[in-house]
Amino acid sequence: MSTTVSVSQPAERLPRLVWGAGLLLGSLLAIGLVVGISVGIGDMPIPLSTTYAVITNKLGWTSFELNRIHAAIVWDYRLSRSLVAAFCGAGLALAGAIMQSMLRNPLAEPYVLGISAGASTGAVLIVMLGLGAGAVSLSMGAFVGAFAAFLFVALLSNGARGGADRTILAGVAASQLFNAATSYIVTTAGNAQQARDVMFWLLGSFGGVRWPDLFLVSVVVGLGLVACLCYARVLDAFAFGDEAAASLGVNVAQTRIVLFALTAVMTATIVSMVGTIGFVGLVVPHAARFVVGPRHARLLPACAIVGAIFMVVADIASRVLIPQQSLPIGVVTALVGVPFFAVILYRLQRAS
Amino acid sequence: MSIKADNLVWKIGTKRVIDGVSFEAEPGKLLGLLGPNGSGKTSLLRLLAGLKRPHAGRVMLDGQDISSFRRRAIAQRVAFIEQHATTNANLKVIDVVKLGRFPHRTMLSGWTREDDRAVNEALERTGMSGKRDDAWQSLSGGEKQRTHVARALAQSPSELILDEPTNHLDVQHQISLLRLISSLPITSIIALHDLNHAAMYCDRLIVMQAGWIVASGTPQDVLTQRLLREVFSVDAHIETSPHHARPHIHFQR
Repeated sequence: MSTTVSVSQPAERLPRLVWGAGLLLGSLLAIGLVVGISVGIGDMPIPLSTTYAVITNKLGWTSFELNRIHAAIVWDYRLSRSLVAAFCGAGLALAGAIMQSMLRNPLAEPYVLGISAGASTGAVLIVMLGLGAGAVSLSMGAFVGAFAAFLFVALLSNGARGGADRTILAGVAASQLFNAATSYIVTTAGNAQQARDVMFWLLGSFGGVRWPDLFLVSVVVGLGLVACLCYARVLDAFAFGDEAAASLGVNVAQTRIVLFALTAVMTATIVSMVGTIGFVGLVVPHAARFVVGPRHARLLPACAIVGAIFMVVADIASRVLIPQQSLPIGVVTALVGVPFFAVILYRLQRAS
Repeated sequence: MSIKADNLVWKIGTKRVIDGVSFEAEPGKLLGLLGPNGSGKTSLLRLLAGLKRPHAGRVMLDGQDISSFRRRAIAQRVAFIEQHATTNANLKVIDVVKLGRFPHRTMLSGWTREDDRAVNEALERTGMSGKRDDAWQSLSGGEKQRTHVARALAQSPSELILDEPTNHLDVQHQISLLRLISSLPITSIIALHDLNHAAMYCDRLIVMQAGWIVASGTPQDVLTQRLLREVFSVDAHIETSPHHARPHIHFQR
């Protein structure tokens, strides 16, 4: 039996590094392209070149003569919206990948810890019972609700000591509890119009987002991505379960707390900004894993990139599928996502 | 020196699963841990690997209390192989073995030649070099266990702890795995169910019952008719095998 033992030398690493950098650059260009296309689409179509010119003008690199209305639409409305969509997609996909790895469950997703249910309860409390006033406080309410749900799950699953199954059960219980609370508030205190508004908001919308939102979500998701990447190897070590990770030297309890809190902050920020957008956090990690494999140093960046592109495309679809009307983004992600997911499942089955 | 248990006690609720266990593993030798189901073998192994903290007593590594080590420092010298560790991730053999280098790497350090050497040596030693790029899901039970042993060896341990690694393997794979483990030059502690295999491959044996050590010593000293009747409730004849000069147990029908 002859086996060739390949020892990767530093010299072999350099091309791989170049490859990685090239892929990253290509992905960022792809995100830029879909964002550009997304900005062009709407009641007033704007060509890609105009979008590009507006952005470079605003950044002070160029000074093209431009239609001021075009410039205002691109800069003040559509660009921030598209970029928020990209960051939300990236954040949700990232949170989904972390959850699937930590809970060792292919059905795990960012909302498995009851965050969406908590956010809806918080939002409903604000809208229906009139605690506080205006859109800012609705987001605040959603964020507080989401975090309350997360803390509830953390307590119920006995902090960091409970295993994966216990955490999932606690999440299910929390979701049921907070959904029941939401329904209770809607049915007892609400009028029909308010209930409709809340429902629509829960299904997700990028309608109202502006630059301050972009600033917040980019900081949270950006820092989240960096922090998660620091944990890439630790997440690899969880492949064979908590005990195997511990025997490899992972501080399991601490890792669980840090990563769950990290995903909770990312998810709660996104949900409180744009509502509960489903499916991205479930499907994108599987798609990314199918392409780049299970190792997290590659998987996590891939999730962020694919998630960003997927969400921007879904946002485009939500505006063009039905003329003169925009669908809730959560509806689109599922409509676009399920067929796409079916293809992956089918191909996975054939591969094994 | 090596690994030593000093009056260990571990409880679930008020039940004393491990009730005052003391022993010392001989460096470089294979120590077999026998006992009926529920006698505390797995719990004891977890205490030894530092995965659980004893309620009383200490586990000593080279004379130092294991609870004074950081998790990573323990993993740099003690490798642990669980009973049924599996994954649904689509990992390759080489990815699994590389996990063994985890305790030796820091967050930012790259993959070094030393890491490569340890991984290749572990694959070589376990006979898994030819399957390094095979998918975990495509491996047989025996190959999965060998991969786990390779992962453990990649940790460059001075102590290896195995919890019934031969379970669910066919006899060929049981024998080849035990042969591999007994040939390793490191201190190993292995929980086993097959008494004849334990007699053949272990240098020393410890027999547990209800959280206690009821016998310890060489296979010849430990495996007696009386012990088998009292601990395992079976009647058997024991003779020295003319083939391998170790005790051989003939169970009575």
